[in-house]
Amino acid sequence: MKKLFALVMAAVMTMSLAACGAKEEAPSAPAASAPAASAPAEGTAFRLGGTGPLTGGAAIYGNAVKYGAEIAVEEINAMGGIQFELKMEDDTHDAEKAVNAYNALKDWGMQISLSSVTSKPAEATSAENYADRIFGLTPSASSTATVEGKDNVFQMCFMDPNQGSASAQYMADKALATKVAVIWKNDDVYSKGIHDTFVAKAAELNIEVVSDTTFADGNDTDFSVQLSDAQTNGAELVFLPMYYTPASLIFAQAAGMGYAPKWFGVDGMDGILSLEGFDTSLAEGVILLTPFNADSEDAATKSFVEKYQAKTGEIPNQFAADAYDCVYAYKQALEAAGATPDMTAEELCELMIAQFTTMTFNGLTGEGMTWAADGTVTKSPKGMVIENGAYVGLD
Amino acid sequence: MARKLNRNLTAAQKTSYMCFFTYGVVILIYLMMQGLISSGSITSSLKGMLIPICAYIVMAVSLNLTVGILGELSLGHAGFMSVGAFTGVTAAVALQDVVSSNALRLLIGLVVGAIFAAFAGFLIGIPVLRLKGDYLAIVTLAFGEIIKSIFNNLYVGVDDKGLHMSMLSDKTQLREGGKLIIGGPMGIGGIQKISTFTAGFLLVMVTLVVVFNLVNSRAGRAIMAIRDNRIAAESVGLNVTKYKMTAFVTSAALAGAAGALFAMNYSTIVANKFDFNTSILILVFVVLGGLGNMLGSIVAATALTILPEALRQFADYRMLVYAIVLILVMLFTNNPKLKQVFNQFRTHNMRGKEAE
Repeated sequence: MKKLFALVMAAVMTMSLAACGAKEEAPSAPAASAPAASAPAEGTAFRLGGTGPLTGGAAIYGNAVKYGAEIAVEEINAMGGIQFELKMEDDTHDAEKAVNAYNALKDWGMQISLSSVTSKPAEATSAENYADRIFGLTPSASSTATVEGKDNVFQMCFMDPNQGSASAQYMADKALATKVAVIWKNDDVYSKGIHDTFVAKAAELNIEVVSDTTFADGNDTDFSVQLSDAQTNGAELVFLPMYYTPASLIFAQAAGMGYAPKWFGVDGMDGILSLEGFDTSLAEGVILLTPFNADSEDAATKSFVEKYQAKTGEIPNQFAADAYDCVYAYKQALEAAGATPDMTAEELCELMIAQFTTMTFNGLTGEGMTWAADGTVTKSPKGMVIENGAYVGLD
Repeated sequence: MARKLNRNLTAAQKTSYMCFFTYGVVILIYLMMQGLISSGSITSSLKGMLIPICAYIVMAVSLNLTVGILGELSLGHAGFMSVGAFTGVTAAVALQDVVSSNALRLLIGLVVGAIFAAFAGFLIGIPVLRLKGDYLAIVTLAFGEIIKSIFNNLYVGVDDKGLHMSMLSDKTQLREGGKLIIGGPMGIGGIQKISTFTAGFLLVMVTLVVVFNLVNSRAGRAIMAIRDNRIAAESVGLNVTKYKMTAFVTSAALAGAAGALFAMNYSTIVANKFDFNTSILILVFVVLGGLGNMLGSIVAATALTILPEALRQFADYRMLVYAIVLILVMLFTNNPKLKQVFNQFRTHNMRGKEAE
């Protein structure tokens, strides 16, 4: 009897969830579901697809990209002219799942793609992009291998190596410190890429790296060894090329040991203030290098931040802004190329390659962005500092 | 006495019937998929999953040999997959200029992966398989983590002077035209995708032939005797360590080949992919399919790989629905009434055979 009850309960839950799932999809993604009244009719809109971690440890990035792109699509569709249909699929920050998600998008009829949100999945999907001749513009996958050797995959964000050298340059220019410690994650592509170029550039600029310590997946909860190494070697500044989850623990543990150096992060640190249960006072004074500043006074940024807040209740991070820019860059390129939604993915791919290598784009994350033929973007980063629980521009 | 003999005969018949039935099912599905591919009516989503499914089937069947037939719990099966993936891909990349045929290079990759994984299994087996108790579970769990750490810190490059290796940081100092194959945490990038569905199918068939023949052999009966009662097995003079080692090393070798097949289906592979979660996922395939039941492992591996993709329409609730479906399957397959129906079907079938 009990078993029967359990069976019935499980069945009921599946049914109700199925109903929820169906209901939930409609309002949250009006652009994604075709039957909604506001969505453009079949064959009149460009089908734009992307994969990203919508669930799991890196979900904050995937969702930021999803919402940022949705806002841009809603704005563009409301303007008339070029219409988009957007679909983001979950890849849980895993290369295998990302390829599955990419294939699901291909079945849906994706014509142009936002590639993947995070680096390793993007490496896998961009190889598929290349093989299938579907143009890809990734908002945030910053590793070199994402674009390397693929003529139809472009980046909206900086490449990892550029972030490392830009950080060292910034420290030297602003004379932030002469003795620096680096704590990095040695099983992460992103962290390693930034660390290697940072150390090389720091040596050039006479910044002394006094402590160079690592952690890895699985031992990323206790940083006392790394922090005391930095402290005993007299580091004035600690450089943290990592995502914000371990960084939040580092801040808490450093505060516990009474160690208060200057902290310096890269774009992975962006989002730490919206981390659930994180005491934002710990991140006070953290400097990070990111191309997007949510406190910026210009009208475009303000309007984007307002819309994003209305949609999610959070301040958008750099990932959201990159995704927003991606959609607008596509709009500009498609208009300039005179592309129509009935073109095949291959035709659009050739047009987009021609456009992106020649056009100049102004967006939220930079003015006068240009792309090299290898897919990398040129734009200048902005220094930001966390003050009173908010990101404030440094310059 | 005669009656007993008769029953034994049917048991043997049953196992051979089961193994040919399994071959038949696999071949039938392969032909069906080939038909779908050539007619172009297959979705890209399913097409993209064919090779990973083959790899997961091989993983599940080989783990079933350790868990179901040998009766030892292994929690680090993904570690062997990792060894196979990294060594297999390294071999395939290093031979890129020497061997021009993709199929041959894939074969070399699979064999190299299998050999290295078997060697890793042998090394672990030497101390652990001599012990009584659940030590294998503990050691394989650690093994999986150690392998992950090693590959996260290993740098391997190739140039005209051969292979170069270093640990912790890139000290390979490759000459002009050299290529870094394994880049520490970056894993292997820019892999040529040479795995094919046919190769995957052949690997599944080879795995099934190896496992079924091992199980139905003298060694296989010895292995199962050790599983059922170690003391009794020892008392009739079986070399327990030897038979345990046979099963475990075979299982590791097959997992290594599966790893190589899996890795060469993606353009990039990282050591963190083969973590504890992957080991548990494969154990779930085995447990859900039934311990010792190879066809069950095949069905479970296929279904549980396709399921999360098929549930994409549920969006955010995808993994929740996945968990509930798992619970439902376990409840259904353990339902006494349903079991009764299955048993009736089975006895009916056998009676029909006897009557013939």
